[in-house]
Amino acid sequence: MVSKSRLHVPKTPARPGDQPDFSYLRLSPAGKTPRPDSTAPASEIRYLSEGLVRVLDDAHQAVGPWHPHLDAKDLQVGLRHMLLTRVFDDRMQRIQRSGKISFYMRSMGEEAISVAMGMALRPTDMAFPSYRNQALYFVRGRPVVDLMCQLLSNTRDMCKGRQLPVMYQWREGRIFSISGNLATQFPQAVGWAMAAAIKGTDDVAVSWLGDGSSAEADFHHALLFASVYQAPVILNVVNNQWAISTFQGFAGGEHQTFAARGPGFGIAGVRVDGNDFLAVHAVTQWAAERARLGRGPTLIEHVTYRAAAHSTSDDPSRYRPKDDYERFPLGDPVERLKQHLIRLNEWSEERHAALIAELEEHVAASWKEAVSYGTLSDGPRLDPRLMFEDVFKDMPAHLARQEAELRAELEQK
Amino acid sequence: MPQMNMIQALNSAMDVMLGRDPSVVIMGEDVGYFGGVFRCTEGLQRKYGEHRVLDTPIAEGGIVATAIGMAVNGLRPVAEIQFADYIYPAYDQIVSELARIRHRSGGEFSAPVVVRTPCGGGIRGGQTHSQSPEALFAHICGIKVVMPSNPYDAKGLLITAIEDDDPVIFFEPKRIYNGPFDGDPHKPAVPWSTHPKGEVPDGHYTVPIGKAEVARQGSELTIVTYGTMVHVSEAAARGLGLDAEIIDVRTMVPLDTDAICGSVARTGRCVIVHEATRFGGFGAELSATIQEQCFWNLQAPILRVAGWDTPYPHAFEWEYFPGQARVARALKAVMEAA
Repeated sequence: MVSKSRLHVPKTPARPGDQPDFSYLRLSPAGKTPRPDSTAPASEIRYLSEGLVRVLDDAHQAVGPWHPHLDAKDLQVGLRHMLLTRVFDDRMQRIQRSGKISFYMRSMGEEAISVAMGMALRPTDMAFPSYRNQALYFVRGRPVVDLMCQLLSNTRDMCKGRQLPVMYQWREGRIFSISGNLATQFPQAVGWAMAAAIKGTDDVAVSWLGDGSSAEADFHHALLFASVYQAPVILNVVNNQWAISTFQGFAGGEHQTFAARGPGFGIAGVRVDGNDFLAVHAVTQWAAERARLGRGPTLIEHVTYRAAAHSTSDDPSRYRPKDDYERFPLGDPVERLKQHLIRLNEWSEERHAALIAELEEHVAASWKEAVSYGTLSDGPRLDPRLMFEDVFKDMPAHLARQEAELRAELEQK
Repeated sequence: MPQMNMIQALNSAMDVMLGRDPSVVIMGEDVGYFGGVFRCTEGLQRKYGEHRVLDTPIAEGGIVATAIGMAVNGLRPVAEIQFADYIYPAYDQIVSELARIRHRSGGEFSAPVVVRTPCGGGIRGGQTHSQSPEALFAHICGIKVVMPSNPYDAKGLLITAIEDDDPVIFFEPKRIYNGPFDGDPHKPAVPWSTHPKGEVPDGHYTVPIGKAEVARQGSELTIVTYGTMVHVSEAAARGLGLDAEIIDVRTMVPLDTDAICGSVARTGRCVIVHEATRFGGFGAELSATIQEQCFWNLQAPILRVAGWDTPYPHAFEWEYFPGQARVARALKAVMEAA
């Protein structure tokens, strides 16, 4: 017998110089996916993990059973948060290029996910974010200037100078610290949810990671523990198609959807149009209700696109077509919500332009304030001795000695 | 002779070995089409194909585990872990599996895997892109541990590692990928073309694993160091006008105790310098070994210079990094001891 065994290598649909090709994306029309009761057993709703929940159709109308019927005011608030995120990201990107901050990661193209989810959840629900969920901070009301101070590692930095830019945290706002190592937060969110269940509260935990990092063992630990203990947790795969240069096929997205991992573990899996604010909001409400009713976890796959570079250290023109995002069939989340509001007569191009101008001014003013608290190179600076604090709650003797050594070293300079 | 930086030298080592030995495969996150986030594997997939240079899922435990399986089936995988800070999901596969397969199977099975990984700070990488975890691997029985300090050694040692029948953890100090670094971040960057070890032959050659190198001969004291800190130590000694002998350890396991202790026995004074945290660091092993063999020759206590025992802080990178000032203080203290 001639061996037919041959190593399969996932095919990347388009590289620089190629025509963008999204024929691999399984899409379904808006309004077509049924909305089951949020208490439906996972085994009966597998179709949710293979279809695509969409509310906004190509004419920017909200259609179908997942239509969340939100007030126009809420939609305007959502648009504002999304635009603020985009304006903030653009400004921080430019500031990184000028050398004032060492690193930055934009969330362009993915804003609907953090904003719609943040708005659909209760403020008491606990978020275990990835590094591209900055919009959660705006939804929960953290001032822009506070995030900037973290980016600058300055005297008002919530991380006390210890973390890379964008690794924010906010205990009061119930947003967990970011590691920098991928996927570690996913099973931690499950543990938090298990504790909520043990304590008998109706809080829900929510976590996000990318298609790429769903390859880590932590992803599988999260699904397993969530399934075993039916934890009140919403686990989100933000499938933005790219893990730096590596296409999602290399994370296992080639043969089945990421949402379908859910039913594999006995968990409800829902695949949603991640660029559709209304659909993301509706699916989040459904999953949160499910969790609070004691029906356990949900795995949500958000189909979206990482429109920006992975980070300021990355150059996507080296590995994907330049116009890939413009051809992405699910469009741009900001533009789609804007057009929907215009269609409802609740928005206009003029109001949109005015809002952008207002937000740009706000971000610029916030930056001015932030740098007054210091930058990496000028102005007031955190005391380097802070690095020895919080290693432990109380500083052990060996660290106190090292702190003294550092002081002597700095005095000598 | 061609000039190469460390990235080009490592690339050349893999290129040479892919060309010579059909059992060599390269694998890791972004290493294929893209050529690696630090460009170390650039062009290799184009040249050798997708079955020799594999892009992998983001799963370090999976990368090392499948590399072990491939090695057991006769391949010689060179696995890249994108940052040493990301190696821990693979730690069980390295410690409990890779390191012990030969021993636990009575010598029947072995897994000649090389794990390459960039380490060290000085690039504003914060706590998850700056670590130097070599001691965590040197402590494990059954894996060799290597850290070159220059392009010539990097290429020769990587070729030796790939040809080695035992597993090797190969640390690459990323701060010196593009040029030697003396510890002063305010000075303009210096390229490897200004350094004699930036001369790297195109073809196959080896640098032995298990041999330290005298980076500078001297008589007044011995500095035992490796990686980026070789260059910082040289500058610190030069700044004090000391005739220091600088030993570049190059290989933590197996350790060249003859070269290290031979030097300290001659000079009678020793400072150990590494970037990793101090407590339980590899410097402790060096210090104990030197003390055991050179006690009667020592004219001063052995001192260690290291990173502080804290995570690597983003804002205080240069207060954390054991730069020339910290090294110089230790050198003076050792010279001033009776």
